[in-house]
Amino acid sequence: MLTIHHLYADMMNLYGDRGNVISIKKRCQWRGIPVEVIDVGLTERIRPTGCDLFLFGGGQDREQALLAEDLSGSKGADLRAIVEDGGVVLGVCGGYQLMGHSYETPEGQKLPGVGIFDLHTEPRRPKEERLIGNVLVRVRAPETGETREIVGFENHGGRTYLGEDVKPLGEVIVGYGNNGKDGTEGARRLNAYGTYLHGSLLPKNPWLTDQFILNALRRTDESFELEPLDDTTEGRAFSSVAARVAGRR
Amino acid sequence: MSPLPDPRLFAAILAARSARFASRKLKTGGGSTVPGLVARRVDPKVLTKLSRRLRLGSAAITGTNGKTTTTRMVSKILQAAGIRAVNNSTGANLVTGVTAALVSDSGLAGGPLSDMGLFEVDEASVPKVAAETEIEILAVLNLFRDQLDRYGELAYTGKVIASAFGDLPQGGAVVLNADDPLVASLGRSARRPVFYGVDEPTLDTGRLQHVADSKDCPVCGTALVYETVYMGHVGVYDCRHCDFSRPAPEYRVSRVRLEGAKGSEFLLSTPKGEADVKIGLPGLYNVYNALAAAAVAGEAGVRLAEISRGLGEFGGAFGRVERVKAGDREAFLLLIKNPVGFNEILRTFVTGAEARNVLIAINDNDADGRDVSWLWDVDFEMLADAREEGKTDAAPFTVSGIRAEDMAVRLKYAELPVGPVIPDREKAIKSALAATPPGETLHVLPTYTAMLEIRHTLSEMGYTHPFWED
Repeated sequence: MLTIHHLYADMMNLYGDRGNVISIKKRCQWRGIPVEVIDVGLTERIRPTGCDLFLFGGGQDREQALLAEDLSGSKGADLRAIVEDGGVVLGVCGGYQLMGHSYETPEGQKLPGVGIFDLHTEPRRPKEERLIGNVLVRVRAPETGETREIVGFENHGGRTYLGEDVKPLGEVIVGYGNNGKDGTEGARRLNAYGTYLHGSLLPKNPWLTDQFILNALRRTDESFELEPLDDTTEGRAFSSVAARVAGRR
Repeated sequence: MSPLPDPRLFAAILAARSARFASRKLKTGGGSTVPGLVARRVDPKVLTKLSRRLRLGSAAITGTNGKTTTTRMVSKILQAAGIRAVNNSTGANLVTGVTAALVSDSGLAGGPLSDMGLFEVDEASVPKVAAETEIEILAVLNLFRDQLDRYGELAYTGKVIASAFGDLPQGGAVVLNADDPLVASLGRSARRPVFYGVDEPTLDTGRLQHVADSKDCPVCGTALVYETVYMGHVGVYDCRHCDFSRPAPEYRVSRVRLEGAKGSEFLLSTPKGEADVKIGLPGLYNVYNALAAAAVAGEAGVRLAEISRGLGEFGGAFGRVERVKAGDREAFLLLIKNPVGFNEILRTFVTGAEARNVLIAINDNDADGRDVSWLWDVDFEMLADAREEGKTDAAPFTVSGIRAEDMAVRLKYAELPVGPVIPDREKAIKSALAATPPGETLHVLPTYTAMLEIRHTLSEMGYTHPFWED
């Protein structure tokens, strides 16, 4: 039984985060793997079951402040411990930003992050634009060393800068990524992933979805293998977006 | 009273007219914004000057969903009341579109042909339009997540709209949807807020849809407690943490009977009495549009009998909901703008037995919203349930548009059968019409630019008219 913990599902539901939950759920169900989704709200504790996947989505600024406060106590500490222990966590946009050291709002309020990733996020300067558009990113899968591409859509004002103790999730081929300057996108440490790509991320990049599922299942059974699925429809969706953004290369 | 001569205004109107003529000759579009742009360049004060000459002032309508339909409904009511209104009805809802409408309504000396201005205004353009125009009535319909890539965030959009309240003349009314918490909270910044709302507990969906955008208290941030949820975050709510709650509506609708594509019936209550109203447009969202139109017209001094008659005679707005006869079949076009609208359309037509033939066309051009992640917030799972329960035996949907493949993935993950995937809009509408049995209706669910393309193809097939003749 795989448990998906959807953090702040009732608040951070912007930009189709639901697509990520549905992707994981269906790809388990189609393989006969029992799966449940638990929504973890404000003030509620995270209760791991041993075979878990944690999703932390994006929200609006007002909500970021509420979440930062909620995470400043034991919940943030639990999440840190889960990552140190090799737990699978995916943070998207606002969730990704709060997984760093700090996040500064456009009004200048500096919110503390959970500190899972060595990174911080600065607000958009008055003359800077929001970073918006389709994104194509090259990702090296550490498990196999092979290079693959993922597509998504980004829409963020904050600029994220990585520190020395964290690796980017991938390099931007088209789009802005972390800050629009250094060509990096997202972050990865152990089994924790952060990214600005929504749109939604997982439906069009099913191999990444499977990677998360496999990492989670292998926590209880090291030899677990996933049956392959027919990904023709997903593959076409990936290719059509990749072709659309390739025009801007 | 003849207006004083104003050479600059005269030149602006003249220039705008030539631009309009040229734009139609060159078939570059409906000529609905370029003349405004030209006129403003010649006389930057053209909008202020022209709007001041309107005998009954102006009303502006803004919000995410239903601007065009509501504006057209008010227009119909005013017509029933014998008031001539100038409006920007072809969806040109920035300050240039408003200017163009007023220019084309003016004689060369600047004297208006109409009594009143009636404008639909893009949310972000409200402050600019309010600063330059005498807006006696400003209506805010709702604020949903829609093209966030353009506007940033919802709360911010609310602030932008509220910043215009100070520019309203003394006694100017701000008409607000009491059932949308963020919109209702704007009443706190208005000198004279007027609320409207629906009281119909049988329409409770029982749950906040996944797309609910602002279900936290806009004042203190605590989660709101809902007694009734009509759609998205719209309903009857209360904050248990501060003094914010749903304001009591002065214009309200109750005893609602939704009758699918045929339309709806309801009881309309206003400060001046009650009336039974029938509208020919489908879905609860059009009941809200009619209610908002009634409130705007009521505040403009129109009598209840004329409000009721105007709503009853109203047909439909360009492209939003439109029936096109296509030989021995029919195409029913329902514009898709965002998840809430999409859910309502699915709930109204597709979960019943009504829609057997469906074409969905998703584009991601600027006017559609470039981000299609919202497709995941649409409750296609509800359709899968309806299919399971035998409530619908609709044929697998044909999917089209630049993002047809994304739509196909969405259907797959809702465990719905995926029909033909035909990204090209022209080929898709032709193929879907051919696949529709004679005598039946093809339900077409396009995003904005896909709708324009599909209308164009239908038009070439001899089935509809170019939009500026609408």
